[in-house]
Amino acid sequence: MKPKLDESKPIFLQIKEQLEDSIITGAVNPGERVPSTNEFASYYKINPATAAKGINELVDESILYKRRGVGMFVTDDAKQLLIDKRKQSFYKNYVLPLKSEAKKLHISQSELEKMVERLDEE
Amino acid sequence: MKIEVSQLTKQYKNKFALNHVSFTLEEPKIYGLLGRNGAGKTTFMDMLAGNILPTKGDIFVNGEKPFDNRHVQENVCLIKEGNNFKKEWKVKEVIRLYSFFYPKFDQQLAKQLLETYNLNPNAKVKTLSKGMESALGITVGLASKTPVTIFDEPYIGLDAAARKQFYDVMLQEYESEKRMIIFSTHLIDEVSLMFEEVLILQQGELVLQKSAEALRQQTISVTGRQEQVQQFIKNKQLISKKEFMGTMTAYVFADRQEAIEEGMEVESIPTQDLMIQLTEKEREDRHEAIS
Repeated sequence: MKPKLDESKPIFLQIKEQLEDSIITGAVNPGERVPSTNEFASYYKINPATAAKGINELVDESILYKRRGVGMFVTDDAKQLLIDKRKQSFYKNYVLPLKSEAKKLHISQSELEKMVERLDEE
Repeated sequence: MKIEVSQLTKQYKNKFALNHVSFTLEEPKIYGLLGRNGAGKTTFMDMLAGNILPTKGDIFVNGEKPFDNRHVQENVCLIKEGNNFKKEWKVKEVIRLYSFFYPKFDQQLAKQLLETYNLNPNAKVKTLSKGMESALGITVGLASKTPVTIFDEPYIGLDAAARKQFYDVMLQEYESEKRMIIFSTHLIDEVSLMFEEVLILQQGELVLQKSAEALRQQTISVTGRQEQVQQFIKNKQLISKKEFMGTMTAYVFADRQEAIEEGMEVESIPTQDLMIQLTEKEREDRHEAIS
């Protein structure tokens, strides 16, 4: 969990991404309960409606499901769904910025490939 | 609770503290009422609490005018930055008095808050430090459980830890029973994430009323090469821009995704910055209009 939210991004997105990260890394597992809207609100001192928005989007995406009167739980497919989703945005979020920075610095395609390979060795 | 403000005007001699302001607040949300000094925030809150009369226009709380109206006033609790209570009263007398006035007053919560803030029930108000007096105001405001609770800069002299306790209890209370909380402060960074809706006043006029989350999504800060940013902000509602070493940062009403696709650095704008820039701009526009 992030100790604090910042205002660089919409707050509901930060709540959503934190939940996603926790599911992907296995900090919360399928079938486990995640914090409620109110728990998020009082932990981060944010408006409950904002926390609810982040959580509800995950419900719409079948990552979480609601058990009436009990709380929000992680679905069985959550982890796989999230990994698929993150893979799709990986190119845009990580590869494109990498390429654009490399271009700025005149790093050639082959140099860039070598660097990625070096990462594997280290 | 529904608050309807229509053409609300308060004039002191030649000066308009509020100038034909109209808006409606309907939901039990936490509202941030923001603006620079002299924007008219306190005047509005005083009228809502029924302390003063408008010069022109109307304010209605569930269809009734607040001034001299017990029926409205027992549903509206205004805590100001000081002098909320008579100096000669004891803390416990303040609590007793307010518990008679507000039908839903929560004695238990008041007691708990007095303990949290180390307030001696037998101390007289005049012997309290500034911070202690603020703590008493906060105690009464939260415990009043009025459907409309207004905090106007309620924590002069309160340290950071005590303010945090206040936010904690306020959110707890709000979660357990939704009510309309109107919050006005200059410490915007501390509280902006708790707002659900933001209203910004500037020189007696309403500049903006928007949901906080929409505001955070629709207003962005974009940074990039000067030409690139110039191109991007064309035909968009610009809030402010600044330039440094060929790089330009602009605050603008725009779509986040579009800006990211243009390859610019995109961030949200902290509410405090937004308030400053919006009211700054308003001032310039006005200046231009006059000259």
